[in-house]
Amino acid sequence: MSRKLFKFKGGVHPPEHKAESNVRPLHAAPLPGKLVIPLRQHIGNPAKPVVEVGERVLKGQMIGAADGYISAAVHASSSGIVTAIGPAAVPHISGLPDLCITLSTDGRDEWIAHAPLDYQAMAAADLRMKLRDMGIAGLGGAVFPSAVKLDPGAAHSCPTLIINGGECEPWITCDDMLMRSRAGDILQGVAVMRHLLGSTEILVGIEDNKPEAIAAMQAAAQSLDFAVDVVAVPATYPAGGAKQLIETLTGRQVPSGKLSTDIGIQVFNVGTAYALARAVHHGEPLISRLVTVTGHVLRPQNFEVLIGTPMHTLITLAGERDGSTGALMGGPMMGMPMPDLEVPVVKATNCILVKSNALFPPLPKALPCIRCTRCADVCPAALQPQELFRFAKTGDFGRAQEYHLFDCIECGCCSYVCPSHIPLVDFYRYAKSEIWAREKEKRAADLARERHEFREFRLVREKKEKAEKLAAKAQAARAQAALDQAKPAGLAAAAAPELAAAPSDADAKKALIAAALARAQAKKAGVVPKNTDHLPPGTQREIEEIEARRAKIRELARQPLESEEKKP
Amino acid sequence: MITAILVMVVLAVAVGLVLGWSAVRFKVEGNPLAEKIDAILPQTQCGQCGFPGCRPYAEAIAKGEADINQCPPGGEEGIKKLAELLGVEPKPLDEAHGAPKPKSVAFIDEQLCIGCTLCIQACPVDAISGAAKQMHTIIAAECTGCELCVAPCPVDCIAMVPIAEDLPHWKWKYPVIELKRVA
Ligand code: SF4
Ligand code: SF4
Ligand code: SF4
Ligand code: SF4
Repeated sequence: MSRKLFKFKGGVHPPEHKAESNVRPLHAAPLPGKLVIPLRQHIGNPAKPVVEVGERVLKGQMIGAADGYISAAVHASSSGIVTAIGPAAVPHISGLPDLCITLSTDGRDEWIAHAPLDYQAMAAADLRMKLRDMGIAGLGGAVFPSAVKLDPGAAHSCPTLIINGGECEPWITCDDMLMRSRAGDILQGVAVMRHLLGSTEILVGIEDNKPEAIAAMQAAAQSLDFAVDVVAVPATYPAGGAKQLIETLTGRQVPSGKLSTDIGIQVFNVGTAYALARAVHHGEPLISRLVTVTGHVLRPQNFEVLIGTPMHTLITLAGERDGSTGALMGGPMMGMPMPDLEVPVVKATNCILVKSNALFPPLPKALPCIRCTRCADVCPAALQPQELFRFAKTGDFGRAQEYHLFDCIECGCCSYVCPSHIPLVDFYRYAKSEIWAREKEKRAADLARERHEFREFRLVREKKEKAEKLAAKAQAARAQAALDQAKPAGLAAAAAPELAAAPSDADAKKALIAAALARAQAKKAGVVPKNTDHLPPGTQREIEEIEARRAKIRELARQPLESEEKKP
Repeated sequence: MITAILVMVVLAVAVGLVLGWSAVRFKVEGNPLAEKIDAILPQTQCGQCGFPGCRPYAEAIAKGEADINQCPPGGEEGIKKLAELLGVEPKPLDEAHGAPKPKSVAFIDEQLCIGCTLCIQACPVDAISGAAKQMHTIIAAECTGCELCVAPCPVDCIAMVPIAEDLPHWKWKYPVIELKRVA
């Protein structure tokens, strides 16, 4: 284990507070009477409900199907009756409700029929679809559907697979407990990942403040038929960030705006590997996870929790104390305050951190930025947080993007060290969501413009087509009239009105040709009476001359119309 | 002296020729300023600015025939952007053209719709689907909320429904931080 390690830029050393929760054994949380399962628990399209209110569902039954490629299914965490499908409170900082399926559990915890997958015999694409339908998503916090990440794409393989057991965020110990107690299963999941990605180098990065976890993983790695390098990395926040772990282990940096797969590296959390092993070797979809309940509680510890369990039941299990000031989902650096403690545990819930004024005193009032650049010194993404703050504050989002706002991983190191106590990350989150919203608005406006322009074009076209049809009709009629006039007069005078009404719409083109022909003839006819002195009776000649003049006048009147029609 | 004058004259003629030639050679189709203005306008196509759509308003601004504060859907921010583009001072929205409203989409009460197609004819972005004597419906994703379909409906079955904030549309708010007073 003498791997050469690299140091990523920046980082901080906040007090770890791991010992509070990792000394008590892991317990399964009891089955709650009610489970609220949100359909949007992952990045991408929310799942679509496939059950109805009143239906009895079994443990592990799919209740929401994946919708599209970047999506994942959700499942009933226990058996019971579907009591509601509708908006309910979800663990989101906004406090806005989202579509959830509520189950009233029957206490029997009855499994649906399930069987292990013979993953080596399955086609890779089928296996990935299966994993999507089993609801596997990244459990490190980002909850990106794992099936998508397990697709090496055009490259056909991803040479380096990194398993992230960093868990650098203070207070959280669920990955630590998982590695201590279920190292073998985690590595089974890694085997499946390796199979799908075709990786040749497998690294497990664990912060060196978790010696038990490192020992357990190393022991489990001995019994594998492929090499896994379990590496202790120096404990620095945020060493467990994907890009930071990649740099620590391989010395390579993911370029700005690129994905780690672009440099042939894929990273998965240990929890995800465990969920994958349960799915493949036991046929169990993702319906539970480990959650650390810590902070201002009597017995901080880790529970194995069914997805959909209300957070408050867990806090009660861990021993609620007076004087709590709300809870965070996640750790103190990146966690989100929960609007309400009845919200359910979801796939992204790694920790419930109960706050109190003693543990988390309210931040002192902010002072103006003194441009000390301490934030820049600790930023692991090599950004200039003080500049980003300035641009976000004044709404200069273009400049913020030029300063790589979107490389910010929202780790909170900058806010942590800022002597002016400015909540810097809140500004970056605000700026990012404002930029996204504007892009969305811009796209909507572009669509509206396009549709409006097409409508205008369509109206003009319809008008023109109508006019053309009418003109063709009129012209055909005129041509007919002219033709008739060119004929011996008596007959023509009688026949013209009837003929004029004859041509139909469908003959428009034919009529145009006929009209051109008629014009030529009419011209000829118009000239004849003047030049050739026939010898009919005098009155007859007079009539002919008048007719010819009329035809000529008509011809003249027609000309601008025709040229107009020919233009397009 | 004469040489100097000659040089200047020749220079002037040469530069004039080049400029004249490039004006012809690199002629830009359309009106690039109107194009830029149009890109800022919200494309609601509601006509509140007094023009039949955003593009005509953009052209009028480009020609200096209309002021920059006539578009209520664009709001303060739109005016600010226009002012920035045109290098003028931003001014408050002209109340005569209406006040900004929360973003809405039209909704047809399908029980009442008689299928007269009048709303289809009014919609500037073809966001209504239906046919004569058939029930009509709004394609919400394409509706700009211009309200032009509301008035023509003979049975008043079209209502404007404000878009409720939900999770996918939620935005982080501007952080409100208490600043400590520095004496
Ligand atoms: S640490 Fe705070 S005060 Fe110092 S430069 Fe950064 S934002 Fe400004
Ligand atoms: S939150 Fe963003 S800007 Fe601040 S230190 Fe972390 S990556 Fe850098
Ligand atoms: S008022 Fe309506 S039509 Fe005029 S520019 Fe604004 S959105 Fe477009
Ligand atoms: S549906 Fe009505 S409100 Fe929506 S864009 Fe069309 S006309 Fe305007």
